[in-house]
Amino acid sequence: MADNLLEIRDLVVEYHTDDAIIHAVNGVNLNVKKGETIGLVGETGAGKTTIARSILRILQTPPAKFCGGNIILNGEDIMNKSEKEMRRIRGNKISMIFQDPMTALNPIEKVGFQIAEAIGLHNKITKSEAERRACDMLEMVGIPMERFGEYPHQFSGGMKQRVVIAMALACNPELLLADEPTTALDVTIQAQVLEMMQSLKENLGTSVILITHDLGVVADICDSVAVIYAGSIVEYGTAEHIFDNPSHPYTVGLFNSLPKLNSTEPRLKPIKGLMPDPTNLPKGCAFCERCPKAADGCAAGAPAVLEIEPGHFVKCLNPGGDD
Amino acid sequence: MSALLEVRNLKKYFKTGGGALHAVDDISFTLDEGKTLGVVGESGCGKTTLGRAILHLLDITSGQVFYEGRDITNPNKSELKAIREKMQIIFQDPFSSLNPRMSVSEAIMEPLLLQGKLSKADIMSEVRVLMDTVGIAERFENSYPHELDGGRRQRIGIARALSLKPKFIVCDEPVSALDVSIQAQIINLMLDLQAERGLAYMFVTHDLSVVKYISDDIMVMYLGQSVEKAPSDELFSNPLHPYTKALLSAIPVPDIHNKTKRIIMQGEITSPINPKPGCRFMARCQHASEECANPQTLFESSPNHFVACCKYKEINKE
Amino acid sequence: MVRRRKKKSKLADVWKQLKKNKIAVIALFVIVVVVLVAVLSPLLAPYPYDQQDVLHPFAPSSGEHLLGTDRLGRDVLSRLIYGSSQSLQVGTISTGIAAVAGIIVGAIAGYYGGWKDNLIMRLLDIYQSIPMFLLCVTLAAVLGPSLRNAVIAIGIGSVPGFARLMRASILSVREMEYIEAAKSINAGNGRIILKHIIPNAISPLIVAITMGIGSSALAGAGLSFIGLGVQPPIPEWGAMISDARNFMRDHGTLALYPGICVMITVLAFNLLGDGLRDALDPRLKN
Repeated sequence: MADNLLEIRDLVVEYHTDDAIIHAVNGVNLNVKKGETIGLVGETGAGKTTIARSILRILQTPPAKFCGGNIILNGEDIMNKSEKEMRRIRGNKISMIFQDPMTALNPIEKVGFQIAEAIGLHNKITKSEAERRACDMLEMVGIPMERFGEYPHQFSGGMKQRVVIAMALACNPELLLADEPTTALDVTIQAQVLEMMQSLKENLGTSVILITHDLGVVADICDSVAVIYAGSIVEYGTAEHIFDNPSHPYTVGLFNSLPKLNSTEPRLKPIKGLMPDPTNLPKGCAFCERCPKAADGCAAGAPAVLEIEPGHFVKCLNPGGDD
Repeated sequence: MSALLEVRNLKKYFKTGGGALHAVDDISFTLDEGKTLGVVGESGCGKTTLGRAILHLLDITSGQVFYEGRDITNPNKSELKAIREKMQIIFQDPFSSLNPRMSVSEAIMEPLLLQGKLSKADIMSEVRVLMDTVGIAERFENSYPHELDGGRRQRIGIARALSLKPKFIVCDEPVSALDVSIQAQIINLMLDLQAERGLAYMFVTHDLSVVKYISDDIMVMYLGQSVEKAPSDELFSNPLHPYTKALLSAIPVPDIHNKTKRIIMQGEITSPINPKPGCRFMARCQHASEECANPQTLFESSPNHFVACCKYKEINKE
Repeated sequence: MVRRRKKKSKLADVWKQLKKNKIAVIALFVIVVVVLVAVLSPLLAPYPYDQQDVLHPFAPSSGEHLLGTDRLGRDVLSRLIYGSSQSLQVGTISTGIAAVAGIIVGAIAGYYGGWKDNLIMRLLDIYQSIPMFLLCVTLAAVLGPSLRNAVIAIGIGSVPGFARLMRASILSVREMEYIEAAKSINAGNGRIILKHIIPNAISPLIVAITMGIGSSALAGAGLSFIGLGVQPPIPEWGAMISDARNFMRDHGTLALYPGICVMITVLAFNLLGDGLRDALDPRLKN
């Protein structure tokens, strides 16, 4: 498996609070190939962000607690790295874009300097060299370099998110974690940012983990998709697998919940019920209670992962699309 | 028969240090009983302000609002009370629109207590009925908002809005903060309530796929102005204004095969503070020319399809 | 995420959080002890506070006088015990006056905004440019030195702090959507302030009031020290220190004991305030 940039093996993360243990991530396995964009899709509280933060090791411990698993970057387990070694990895090999561009930028520092600073931190280069590279980065994300000396408040929301992306890409990271990068943006601005990410991906060959709840965004730029529910990946495959042949009942339910632009059906078909309480997950399949296809065996034990076609994995006893 | 709600030339300007911010600039529409008007636009286009102004949560700068044919633009205190019972609002954020120190039943009963028409016992039983209507189990009656998920909180917001038996509800992005599976539950609930009670909705949102689903008519707003208004299907099948076209093309579609070509807009959004008289979309429009600097008015291009673009014929020829 | 709700009041919630903070619990215990001592002082004190034994001034600690006697031969322990009630009265009543006035003024400024806010805040600006202690001294001097006037002076002097805090807190709550939601169902201004704003804006005030009691008690001791507070022969810790200052060199303990009392009490209120701040902060809850 030499072409895997990142491998996550049986990752388990819990949050320990005074009265309960929240099972946020329950045995996640995921491979990210070089140059691949993988979409991590799920609803609020599914554990998407916890996975991303685990990869960067920026979870607050406590309350978070790693309870097992490995995260292997280029063959090295980063769970065993010291904080000092991690600091060299963060921003350099792996960087992250957060949902809200407003809070990711320092409001009293010129944006150009913020990018140059990120470059200077990880590269032994002169200040003017770093600033020149920062200008290049700005141009690359479609911001004229004359705006190098402006402050964040002089930029619109979409422009700020571009600056954040430029900052994240400044050190040519091998892996980019994008946590809902366009959720806070208007659709027309989102279209601009997605278009830009698409072309950057083609030019730079960076691997991307895109965390989102929006299947439309996934359809736009992802090569493969992992659908996550209650802390475990319930379906994984290429974009074609997931969009053409969704097989886990949860994935099917997600697609049915979406209002479709070209449909004339009078009612939506929501998934009934709510996500299970993460402090008290059921013993069997976590989706069992909401599942229209639930059978006797589903509540008994966690279902095994089935490979229903090459490269398409489903964690369900009874997979299959609408019928 | 007159419409349930009619808004004529409504304007709402905010005073700012730099001049007047034209949040809502000359908006007119009518809404019939049991119908839904979708108001679509991006952040800062004035769609939220429009809803607040109609409900008198904000003062109107100029223009008129009619409810069942009566002018309610400048109500006195008792008129205002009567209007608010007939016109309600559902808020966007179920996490900030509920008082964290009020339990579910307290929150739902508050409008009824203030109305002061029912006895305490009647109010309690009414609260139970409302909770049942919106689908909150009785065991949650003493729960506090922070103990509930977004979907249930939004149901409380809906129960509060319904409690006074209004005829018109402004829905201010009621499902934007919710997950898709919950969003579908809430939309279905709102459609059911509309069918049962003949409610008229003004559904304010930035999510075009939701608005198509729920609306009879759709109004597209850009920087305080209505740029296009048409029946829902007509707008999606035959958008005329360049902004509407760009907006529609920008929706991410959960389909990997039928990709539409995106219209990527260039340029910066014009400032809504003391805007120039011409088309406000001009700076970002690929079809812009000199005549666009003149004030734009809504043309009726086909029955009930209005567009505020002087070049719409030219643009839509091909 | 939702289980059947356990009925639990807000107070029980705060207590649960506070219990985790050992220092705050100790502080609370100290305060309870001081309050009990103050209330029960006639029962606890071995002697009346003004009983003189002129033949035995400056007596050292003994079985008869546990902490010795002062220059008039009065039992120091008894005077400390009686003094606690004076200090607590100064602290609680003056803070009470300041908090009530501050909350009303701050709530009006914060909720209504506009010219009312401007007027109130500018007046407070002027008011705050006068040093608080000087203001107290002036007021006490004008009204005449007594415990009651010290309390009034300190209370008036602390109003701006509470008013500003209340205003800031209200400004942030006022922007919440549930305030607009209340307006949309015809709630009047009074109901909005009382039912929706104050309950959500009060947490920082509770902390400030707790700490305010400590600092007001300190200010009271200060006023008494310079002779503008409690008048002899009524014992007050600040007055006792003042009394003892002429004999510091030979009988330092006379100043030390009331000093320790002031310190412990003020510290206890401050630590409890710190603990309450953490316990009331919703971000620390889960």
